[in-house]
Amino acid sequence: MALPYGAFIVHSTREVSADEAPANPWFSWQYVEDNSADLQRYLQQHIILTVESVVIAMLIAFPLALLAFRYRWLVTPLLGATGILYTIPSLALFAFIYPFTGLKPTTVVVGLVIYALLVLVRNTLAGLDGVPDDVREAARGMGYGRARMLWNVEIPVALPTIMAGVRVATVSTVALVTVGVIVGEGGLGQLIFRGFNSDYHAEIMTASLLTIALGLTLDLLLALTTRLLMPWSRSRS
Amino acid sequence: MNSFGAAFTWLNDPLNWQGPQGVPHLTYEHLYITFFAVAIAALIAMPLALGLGHRGRGGGFTVVLTNVSRAVPTLALLTVFSATAIGFGNRATIIALAVFAIPPLLTNTYVGIREVDPDVVEAARGMGMSGSKVLFRVELPLAVPLIAAGFRTATVQVVATATLAALVGGGGLGVIINSGFGQQDRGQIVAGGILVAALALVAELTLAFLQRQVTPGHARGPSRRAGLDAPEAPDFKERGADPSEPDAKERAVSVS
Repeated sequence: MALPYGAFIVHSTREVSADEAPANPWFSWQYVEDNSADLQRYLQQHIILTVESVVIAMLIAFPLALLAFRYRWLVTPLLGATGILYTIPSLALFAFIYPFTGLKPTTVVVGLVIYALLVLVRNTLAGLDGVPDDVREAARGMGYGRARMLWNVEIPVALPTIMAGVRVATVSTVALVTVGVIVGEGGLGQLIFRGFNSDYHAEIMTASLLTIALGLTLDLLLALTTRLLMPWSRSRS
Repeated sequence: MNSFGAAFTWLNDPLNWQGPQGVPHLTYEHLYITFFAVAIAALIAMPLALGLGHRGRGGGFTVVLTNVSRAVPTLALLTVFSATAIGFGNRATIIALAVFAIPPLLTNTYVGIREVDPDVVEAARGMGMSGSKVLFRVELPLAVPLIAAGFRTATVQVVATATLAALVGGGGLGVIINSGFGQQDRGQIVAGGILVAALALVAELTLAFLQRQVTPGHARGPSRRAGLDAPEAPDFKERGADPSEPDAKERAVSVS
């Protein structure tokens, strides 16, 4: 990520053109050094908002999906409701939540939880539905009851699909946190927005790249976790 | 609940329905941005996807593109384009949103072409069709349902994200929410939210209906009610919910 040539441009033009417009490079290592405290603070805020949202969404989505798996008639209303919520644009969603929660991180977290629900519910259901009947048959033959079958057979077999949903939800959440600027709680989005308002290109670019890097890093970490948790799924892909 | 009462007061104020900051003009602007963003994205994505799909190459490329684009915040790209020479306002918005509309169009078209029954393609070749004839007379028509799904996803997504343009000086209905926050006017904030959500839902329902019209009966799921399914739920049902392939788009996204 070190892009020293940006910093170089700053120094060279500073001396040459005193009367021209000041250089406004997109990449500046100088910026990163000067603002490391801010970058760290907002990155931390971004991570906290993301993790809170995804974890809460999982705690809601997982039981809902299990319930719908057990009582099939719930599938259509559940996917329909989460689908409608998913269609509402993030800014509008924050606008609806704001009167109840105010200018606080809660507004952002509630909104992002609602967004993550659809992917998590859908993937969990798809994973459970995808357990081969032979596997169920075998477990039943071995004397597994309904609860034990769910925990020891169905959920482990569904785990790769469930984790794929968690990964998609996490990456989307990282990107969506930035919209939280509307209530002043946008993590790195705050820096993107601050950079826009002061026309500071390096700030916009650095915060944007950090956001993307955060999303991809969390995705990679989750992918590695999936592999460690499920040695049996390695050979499949 | 006070804010919702205030929102209806706001919506009933005729002053809010007039002029360049009025609801009709902002709605028009929103749709105008959406149309051009999707059109530009289609001009880029469709030829690429048709070519790649026909040759059966580039599957990995579309998966990587979709995954990476998911990690890029729309706000970041909007800001970057707004801050450059491309300029303030709607031009920057259209370009930024077009970038985000490319992955769903590309993935769906690519998958649509790839999923055409190889026997059908074989038969077309056997009848002496040339490569381009196979593509345009056989593969493309058979891929129409998935391509339509791609257009629906892309368009609904653009309608939703066009709202964010207001944060960086662009137009569209997001302006109402944004200036509502600026003035701390809860009624206006919620009213803007209602308008934006309504537009997104109308777009979703309309496009779901259109998608249904171009999807042959046998490819539709058994119990579909127009529009009230989850955005991508129809595909999910059509495909018999294979564990590793929740639907065409998710399949491309979920495995990397």
